Amino acid sequence: MKTGRGAIRMASNGRPVRPFIMPSTLSGRLGVWRYLILRRITQLTILLLFFGTAHWGWSVAGRPLLSGNLSSSRLLDLVPMADPFAVLQIFLTRHMLQPEVLIGAGIVLVFYALVGGRVWCAWVCPVNMVTDLAGWLRTRLGIRDMFHVNRDIRYSVLALTLVLSFLTGVAAFEWVSPISMFHRELIFGAGLGWTAVLGVFLFDLLVVKHGWCGHLCPLGAFYALVGRFAPVRVGFDAPTCTHCGECARVCPEPQVLNLRQAAEAGMIRSGECTNCGRCIPVCPEGTLQFDLRHRIGAADQSHESKPHQRRLA
Amino acid sequence: MEQNARREFFIRLAQGTALAATGGLIWSALLQQQAKAMPNALRPPGALDEDDFQALCIKCGLCVRDCPYDTLRLSTAGDSVPIGTPYFLPREIPCYMCPDIPCKVACPTGALTPELTDINGARMGLAVIDIENCLSWQGLRCEICHRECPLTDTAITVEHNPRKISKHALFVPIVHSDACTGCGICEKACPTDEAAIRVVAHELVQGKIGDHYRLGWKVDTTITPDFKPYEKSGPLPVAPDASGGLDYLNEGVP
Repeated sequence: MKTGRGAIRMASNGRPVRPFIMPSTLSGRLGVWRYLILRRITQLTILLLFFGTAHWGWSVAGRPLLSGNLSSSRLLDLVPMADPFAVLQIFLTRHMLQPEVLIGAGIVLVFYALVGGRVWCAWVCPVNMVTDLAGWLRTRLGIRDMFHVNRDIRYSVLALTLVLSFLTGVAAFEWVSPISMFHRELIFGAGLGWTAVLGVFLFDLLVVKHGWCGHLCPLGAFYALVGRFAPVRVGFDAPTCTHCGECARVCPEPQVLNLRQAAEAGMIRSGECTNCGRCIPVCPEGTLQFDLRHRIGAADQSHESKPHQRRLA
Repeated sequence: MEQNARREFFIRLAQGTALAATGGLIWSALLQQQAKAMPNALRPPGALDEDDFQALCIKCGLCVRDCPYDTLRLSTAGDSVPIGTPYFLPREIPCYMCPDIPCKVACPTGALTPELTDINGARMGLAVIDIENCLSWQGLRCEICHRECPLTDTAITVEHNPRKISKHALFVPIVHSDACTGCGICEKACPTDEAAIRVVAHELVQGKIGDHYRLGWKVDTTITPDFKPYEKSGPLPVAPDASGGLDYLNEGVP
């Protein structure tokens, strides 16, 4: 796709196709890495809050700050939060749950339905740090996929999780989840859970690129469905796009960057987008920006030249 | 062309089914093995039956955090207890029977049932005595378990067994399953090198007589509470009307 240095290729919108160039200054680089840094801060802060509450007794006004873990927790002993996918599995084992955990799951579900389901994946899940490292390393080492895996297989894993929960009478994913294992052991002390995480790391590094988060994880699939209509989206300003492809190169879920669909919708519509923000700083044209769904809709209606209307006409 | 598309579809379908079936089998085998990892794991007070407990426990560790004595621990991968679930080892730290049951209060799912309001109603396990190694059963006056038991004289009683002439009596501890909570304080206190009294999950040590046995000498038997000797037999048989019978020996056949 890239042409030789010096040769300027023109995009269909009449603009020159410019490559993304990593700034040489530190402040410039920090700017490019801003979402990455923010994500790491969020992930580590959440881990630290859990850890500090469990081990150092962190509390505010006598109330434990954040107790429990990502499966089920309590903020200030007041706000319950629970993993809605775990609750769904338990529900399918035909057991009635107490109201606290149902309310907790509801709160979490509403939160992710608003900010984007897979915000969980990119901004909270501790395994994301491991798989990101594997992804970065495999690019560095130039490792190719051992074989192709369909990305939709995660929805089959999701369905299988629910069926098995129903049939075996235990929450199927919760019992094998490397996410919960990793997180629990980070907070409550180490066991052999790190071997599961190592497995995920090696799978991502050597077998399939973005293999776990992007192909298999049923929790990610669940949140992709939850976030399908989330208001917070990556907006796509179609007229400025030169199809340079820089965004797809850094995106862990490049199938969501279907640019024709994005041009029609004015945003990255797929729930599989993790709202990680990787694509935003590398876009040389500023085409991609975080935005709100309803604002994009309003802007679309104010323009006469709504792309897909034009096509229909 | 359409034939090919249909053929392709069925092959894809078969492939998908095969993958799901294989994956499902391995996965469920893993689950079964996990669930049966340690059937005698001692659970916190108020835990439901093991099957229900395993289904409902969301593995959040809130009970572990709220245990003031650090009795409860959360199993990790590699432990013999199903992963992420709370349990305790009484020989290390027993359950000290908090009257407010903080672990149960902390449970968000009800795996530790909110219906348990009196800690003495907890049934975490049952203390069993190895009489071959129990000091009291050897004739020493130990009885530490009896004195340490929070329900002393109810859950553990000491009974004396007179022995043959020239030998002194045995004072032996006896555990009563109807009162023992399985807290494990006895196990912690037992002075032998390896505890001679231990808390074990009920299903591993408790037998069941069977409803068809009637202990006739125990009318108020607690073993078969449904057994009411006079209710089931109905009205007592009525003696035959004396005038109706034939006395052919004395009176001859008419």
